Amino acid sequence: MSRKLLVNSRNLPVLVTLGLFILMFGLGSIAFTGFFSVQNFFNLFIDNAYLLILAVGMTFVIISGGIDLSVGSMLALSTMISSSLVEKSHLSPIIVIPVVLLVGTALGVFMGYLIQTFALPPFIITLAGLYLARGLCYVVSIDTIGIEDSFFKAAAHSQIAIIGKNFLSTSAVIALVVVLIGVYVSRFTKFGRTVYAIGGSEQSALLMGLPVARTKIAIYALSGFCSALAGIVFTFYTLSGYALDGKGMELDAIATVVIGGTLLTGGVGNILGTVLGVLVYGIIQVLIVFQGTLNSWWTRIVIGFLVFVFCILQRLFESRKRRTAGPASSGHSKT
Amino acid sequence: MALWRSLNRSKIVWPLITLGALLLFNLFFTPHFFRMEIIEGHLFGNLIDILKNAAPIMLLAIGLTLVIATHGIDISVGSVVAISAGVVAILIGGDLAGHPKYPIAVAMIAALLVSTAAGMWNGMLVSRVGMQPIIATLILFVAGRGIAMVFTNAMVIWLYAKPFALLGQGYVLGLPFSIYIVAFVLLVTSIFTRKTAVGLFIEAVGINPTAARFSGINAKNIVFWCYTFSGFCAGVSGLIVCSTIMSADGNNAGNLFELDAILAVVLGGTSLSGGKFYLLGSMVGALIIQTLTTTIYAFNVAPEISQVVKALVVYAVSLLQSEVFRSKIAGVFARKELSA
Repeated sequence: MSRKLLVNSRNLPVLVTLGLFILMFGLGSIAFTGFFSVQNFFNLFIDNAYLLILAVGMTFVIISGGIDLSVGSMLALSTMISSSLVEKSHLSPIIVIPVVLLVGTALGVFMGYLIQTFALPPFIITLAGLYLARGLCYVVSIDTIGIEDSFFKAAAHSQIAIIGKNFLSTSAVIALVVVLIGVYVSRFTKFGRTVYAIGGSEQSALLMGLPVARTKIAIYALSGFCSALAGIVFTFYTLSGYALDGKGMELDAIATVVIGGTLLTGGVGNILGTVLGVLVYGIIQVLIVFQGTLNSWWTRIVIGFLVFVFCILQRLFESRKRRTAGPASSGHSKT
Repeated sequence: MALWRSLNRSKIVWPLITLGALLLFNLFFTPHFFRMEIIEGHLFGNLIDILKNAAPIMLLAIGLTLVIATHGIDISVGSVVAISAGVVAILIGGDLAGHPKYPIAVAMIAALLVSTAAGMWNGMLVSRVGMQPIIATLILFVAGRGIAMVFTNAMVIWLYAKPFALLGQGYVLGLPFSIYIVAFVLLVTSIFTRKTAVGLFIEAVGINPTAARFSGINAKNIVFWCYTFSGFCAGVSGLIVCSTIMSADGNNAGNLFELDAILAVVLGGTSLSGGKFYLLGSMVGALIIQTLTTTIYAFNVAPEISQVVKALVVYAVSLLQSEVFRSKIAGVFARKELSA
């Protein structure tokens, strides 16, 4: 009986997010004409593709009990590197894109190595990574670099028809592929299970003989890869590289992961919840645009409020879980 | 070896050495870095600029030191700076003739009250609801800037009320007025934490909250008041920021301040895992950051690139603070001793 409750309470935050999304979509459809359409739903993926990719990487980091604050600037760095290599060095995108992905992954490995080998707090190391990547942007160029390359333009303007006249953009398709891979990796691979184990208790994971060191470095490498990919997707929107791109986006990514039901203490969470978190984030923005009179800054206030509500919910579930699990585990608390 | 060990133990030494090395570097490579001039009875020069520009971060660092000592973190301070600046700007109003809408003192007190309330909100979430500090303060970090923008109607408010400029631009006895504010807050905080048991309580909570509770310390209240104090410090910092540029920009005021302030505290030797805290160390940390920025300006490098240098400094200092790294270095030394 207690096992059933446990499973339920784990999925409940995700269900709440799903309910919230349906409610918001429903309210929008009733209140505004032209809101309810398949395309409007697809637009959520199109407009938030880069955030979705960032959030998938962030989900892995947070499930493992860590945090990655560098993703916003890493995104900016990869827009800068790709635009500079394509426009100034006239390299083919076929070379540029792997290079950008490699740089992102390498920076991730670097941070993961410091965190794992020297037992340094992820918060500080990735915070320095935030500075580092943002500063490197300015080393590449202080000005905005516009992209004229035909491949990037084609990727920016392409529409992939799905169900009648509705369409998805290249970026949205990339994001969805990342989500699918993310779900597969987290559920069905050794790596995925090790990530959950580390988040649950690193000590136990070590005692179980799991490759903790390797996995932890790989998690940050994965997050670095995702942010580099998100940066490339971001250039498909803006067709430019700008050093201030993605400012504060790391916290948007963390907020969507939390709204998606992933526990910040680690060990609990899933990618599909994160997708819902991003959708809720997107729909708040759409609702505010449709509403028309509200300042767009209300998005931030509403997101802040939602993070608050979801944290309270998580606390309630945790305390209930602890009560059903009995006094044996009541002493266990993570600070 | 004994020297190495004692250096290892004392926390204030490393930040001081870093600051000293930076100043020494400037002595040799930056012409006129130490030149001081007296213009209209005020001291001018790079060193004064460093002190003046570091003041907002120093104030944040005072509050944050206590929060971090309880094994917490407050990433909302930058947003609270924006809120405080927004509140004071609205209440003073953008009257071109310089007549404040409400008395300046009232506006300042209101801004401080709002910021302290923001700190209380954080404190309540962490101590009573039991949220993780980074998440509890993430809420205000995300929403706070939005609140500041809604307050100011997403516009930059320019102020013309002259007396308010004293906070950020005024001089007393040749030194910038903001320095006196920092010194006052630092002094009061030091006395309150070091001459009473409060500092010990804070450290006890940071090292082991359960043990602290069993030994009769009201851990929840200690944590609550630390966050409240951090909000208050952010409020004072916001007043200075607003007064320095005589405007409130909800979008940019206090932007990335939280990172600089956290960096200052960590550079100063207070560990992010809580416990022992060093208020003076944090002040030195803030000065290191500002000196670094000023040095980079002096070399005509784009100021934005200073972030790369900042990042490298953080990596270096984190490694020095890491037990694993230290024991590896110590291991190298020990082996040499054996072979000799």
